Amino acid sequence: MNTLPLGMIFALSVAAYLAGAFASLACWRKPALARYICCSAALAGAALGGLAAVLGILRGTPVAWSVPSGIPLFAYSFSYDALAGFFNLALAIPVVAVSIYSFGYLKEFEGKRNIGFFGFLFHLLLLSLTIAFTAANAFLFLIAWEVMALAAYGLVTFYHEDRETRRAGLLYVIMAHIDAGCLLLGFGLLIQASGSAEFASFNKAAMQLSSSQQTAAFVLFFLGFGIKAGVIPFHIWLPAAHPVAPSNVSALLSGIVIKTGIYGMTRIFLDSLGGVPSWAGLLVLIVGVVSAVLGVLYALMEHDLKRLLAYHSIENIGIILMGLGAALIFRVAGHPMLAAVALVAAMFHTLNHAIFKSLLFLGAGSVLHSTGTRNMEEMGGLIRPMPVTAFCFLMGAIAISGLPPLNGFVSEWLTYQTLLAGFGAIGGLTRILFPLAGSMLALTGALAAACFVKAFAITFLALPRGAESRNAHEAPRTMLIGMGWLTLACAALGLGVTWFLPVFDAMTEQLLGQQVSAHLVTGHGLVLSAGMRTSGTVSPVVIAVGLMLLVLPAALLVAIGVRRFGRKRGPVWDCGLPGLSAENEYTATAFSKALRMIFSVLYKPRREIQAVFDVSPYFPKEIRFESGIEPTFEKRLYAPLQEFIFRFSSRMRTIQAGSIHAYLAYIFVTLVLLLLFGVRK
Amino acid sequence: MTEVLTNSALQLVLLLLVAPLLSGMIKTLKARLQTRCGPGILQSYRDILKLLRKGMVIPETASWIFSAAPYMVFGTATLVGLMIPMTTTRAPLSLFGGVLAVVYLLALGRFFLALGGLDTGSSFGGLGSSREMTISAIAEPAMMLAIFTVALGANSTNLSEMARIAVTQSWRFLAPSQMLAFAALFIVLIAETGRIPVDNPATHLELTMIHEAMILEYSGPYLALIEWASSIKQLVLMTLLVNTFFPFGLSSDWTVRTVGLGLVFYLAKLLLLACLVVLVETTNAKLRLFRVPELLMVAFILGALALISTFLF
Repeated sequence: MNTLPLGMIFALSVAAYLAGAFASLACWRKPALARYICCSAALAGAALGGLAAVLGILRGTPVAWSVPSGIPLFAYSFSYDALAGFFNLALAIPVVAVSIYSFGYLKEFEGKRNIGFFGFLFHLLLLSLTIAFTAANAFLFLIAWEVMALAAYGLVTFYHEDRETRRAGLLYVIMAHIDAGCLLLGFGLLIQASGSAEFASFNKAAMQLSSSQQTAAFVLFFLGFGIKAGVIPFHIWLPAAHPVAPSNVSALLSGIVIKTGIYGMTRIFLDSLGGVPSWAGLLVLIVGVVSAVLGVLYALMEHDLKRLLAYHSIENIGIILMGLGAALIFRVAGHPMLAAVALVAAMFHTLNHAIFKSLLFLGAGSVLHSTGTRNMEEMGGLIRPMPVTAFCFLMGAIAISGLPPLNGFVSEWLTYQTLLAGFGAIGGLTRILFPLAGSMLALTGALAAACFVKAFAITFLALPRGAESRNAHEAPRTMLIGMGWLTLACAALGLGVTWFLPVFDAMTEQLLGQQVSAHLVTGHGLVLSAGMRTSGTVSPVVIAVGLMLLVLPAALLVAIGVRRFGRKRGPVWDCGLPGLSAENEYTATAFSKALRMIFSVLYKPRREIQAVFDVSPYFPKEIRFESGIEPTFEKRLYAPLQEFIFRFSSRMRTIQAGSIHAYLAYIFVTLVLLLLFGVRK
Repeated sequence: MTEVLTNSALQLVLLLLVAPLLSGMIKTLKARLQTRCGPGILQSYRDILKLLRKGMVIPETASWIFSAAPYMVFGTATLVGLMIPMTTTRAPLSLFGGVLAVVYLLALGRFFLALGGLDTGSSFGGLGSSREMTISAIAEPAMMLAIFTVALGANSTNLSEMARIAVTQSWRFLAPSQMLAFAALFIVLIAETGRIPVDNPATHLELTMIHEAMILEYSGPYLALIEWASSIKQLVLMTLLVNTFFPFGLSSDWTVRTVGLGLVFYLAKLLLLACLVVLVETTNAKLRLFRVPELLMVAFILGALALISTFLF
């Protein structure tokens, strides 16, 4: 297979995004036309991008193109290798869904908002993502990174009339630039050592770095990519920014934009730096565990549906980092085979999370579209007016909770197996960390299941709690098709995992020199195996079929019983009071009460009750109840930091006297210092 | 293929028949220990049969989730039952799911049951679901640590493989790590099966209910399925405990004699464990809900100690 079709298709996909950006901007006066252009161009771009990704993965060997730019160190270099192909695939699958979904979703923007500008930013985001995943030059990568941050900023603040949105946007743009700064410094170290900004040159150069320089490079890259991925404690922007964006954008932000951090870590740590020391791998693993557990614990306390989902992104990034950290540790310890399995677990979870998180955000978007609120306490009973949305959301909830037989279970299972294998493979006391990390993964999974019982049940089940949910309606057909596509993908990747695994071969071969898919499949291609000494096996297909076969006789038994002895509908037991109403129902806050009490050390919950009495203290006329938890990281870490920066800046103002003479003196002194510095060299 | 199917069918029959018997045994033993007559060990069969022959009332507010939950609970419990070794070391479906699949399939059943509890809109259901999900979430890490200790000893999460290794070292349970892991898993067993001191299976008082609150609105055949599934889940967890820690009598082939002997040993071991459960249940009072995490923390620490002591001994 020659390189032409891959290059052509990739270029066409980039061209589709570029054309989409400017064409929808040009048609901003005709909203309907802009909407069609925006969505169809995105669909075309994603389809072509997906095709290119499949071709790239099948090819196995990297394809590179480079166009010199005339600027030193900068060239338009692209390298389409297995890792780039995989992340482009993880981009294409949700984007196909989001673009179909947007046909219906953007319709309500018509006449109210500028769809042309939305389309411009949307396509710019997709374009920058595609380029970031394929760039082979550090500066090209950084430019794509910056465009991505700015386009995402524009989309996050799309509802800019809202104060909360503007604040979230500001926080996002500040954090995005801190991370870009870290990356610039990190790449600076590598470029200085290699004399070139091409990714391909970094591997050799990294070997010549002194150990302190290597440490500095690792820390800078981990900070930069970690902020983008939203790991704890750098996560505070994520639950602020993702929920306020339009829902189709939230799906992309949580689904794929934060994965650029994972892409960066994989690319730099495994490829460019050529492996990191074992303490660095442990750090990644531990940060992963902390992010997973704290992410889900904070998610449990949310009753804003989209913020809840945003916190779950932090949790899942944590799970991915557990796999990635294990891969880094195994690589240093000389277990390339285990490292490859760990990498497969991490990358598979990356793809799976991209799919089910987009699905859940699109589902939340349908709910928001229909009820106009993100507050779960005002929802309820939506399964009746919105049956398809409810079904898709339920599938997403099962997948994200890591329950069999969907895709989330499979990647978490692989992560467990990796962690278990770590105990046997690593010497010394640190190996105790692996099973402990496994038990924390178990805690995370169980808490996620609890959280999604809450999210699904409070939103979709029982009686409506507000007028908006009583008058809810099903989403338009295009939105349902978008969600349906992702639901299918969840099921396919779960049940068909053994057929999907060869996709990872080229990537593990490239990064670790091992192909593992053949070791991971057994039992006539139906059974997934851990492929190691500590091996276990599981088969999602057989589990699904077995469940169906066992449910069948039970259903028959019930059907016979119902036929002979009848079935009727009756009122719910309400303790003899007249009629069950929405006020009697359990709420999201009530559901998480038990966990709020148990983890009160972390949450520091507070509540205020104010009652107005008329005659007797037993019959209050009016009660005001308020409860909340302390935003620990914001209060303990970021608020002092912010205060320090403000204090420092106001001190610095004394040298900014506003006098032109003083400024001329500064310039002169700087010039002299620079000259001295230059002469000394 | 045919072997898998026949073995599955045999084990399924065993599972469906032994589970209510075990529940009945526990109830009778408990009654005797409290100097009551008790309903007799066949009562659970009579309950299920009676419920199957009753009409069903579905709450007006419920959706299809309410109806799907009993099937999911029943399906997952029975499927899990086919993945664990009962009388022989070879479980019929152990190739298709090891101990991790067992834990996660049970979680799938619980997920649907909790949704079913919330689906009716009654506060009791919500209360039960919230407590059930909370307690199971906190029990999960302790359970996994104890399981990992055993799995790391066998170098496998496959239950048949774990049983096969266990049979070769029958007296391994005397090792400190195994005893600690057993203690941790025993506490988890009590929490997961909803027994005193964590939950009271005999109560219908709203302040103390957990599992019963969740299934309050179920009736007729649906309730029969849920009750049956609960007893199967209890059997599965107890089997996991007796067969991984005390593998005596597990037969390694499929001859009538060894399987028969295995069955006798298996029932005897179950009876002993049931006695232990009953003893704990009779001599303890139910804990306040917010004291339960402390108990489960003890289980977690026992699990961690078990893991650490695999280094030392």
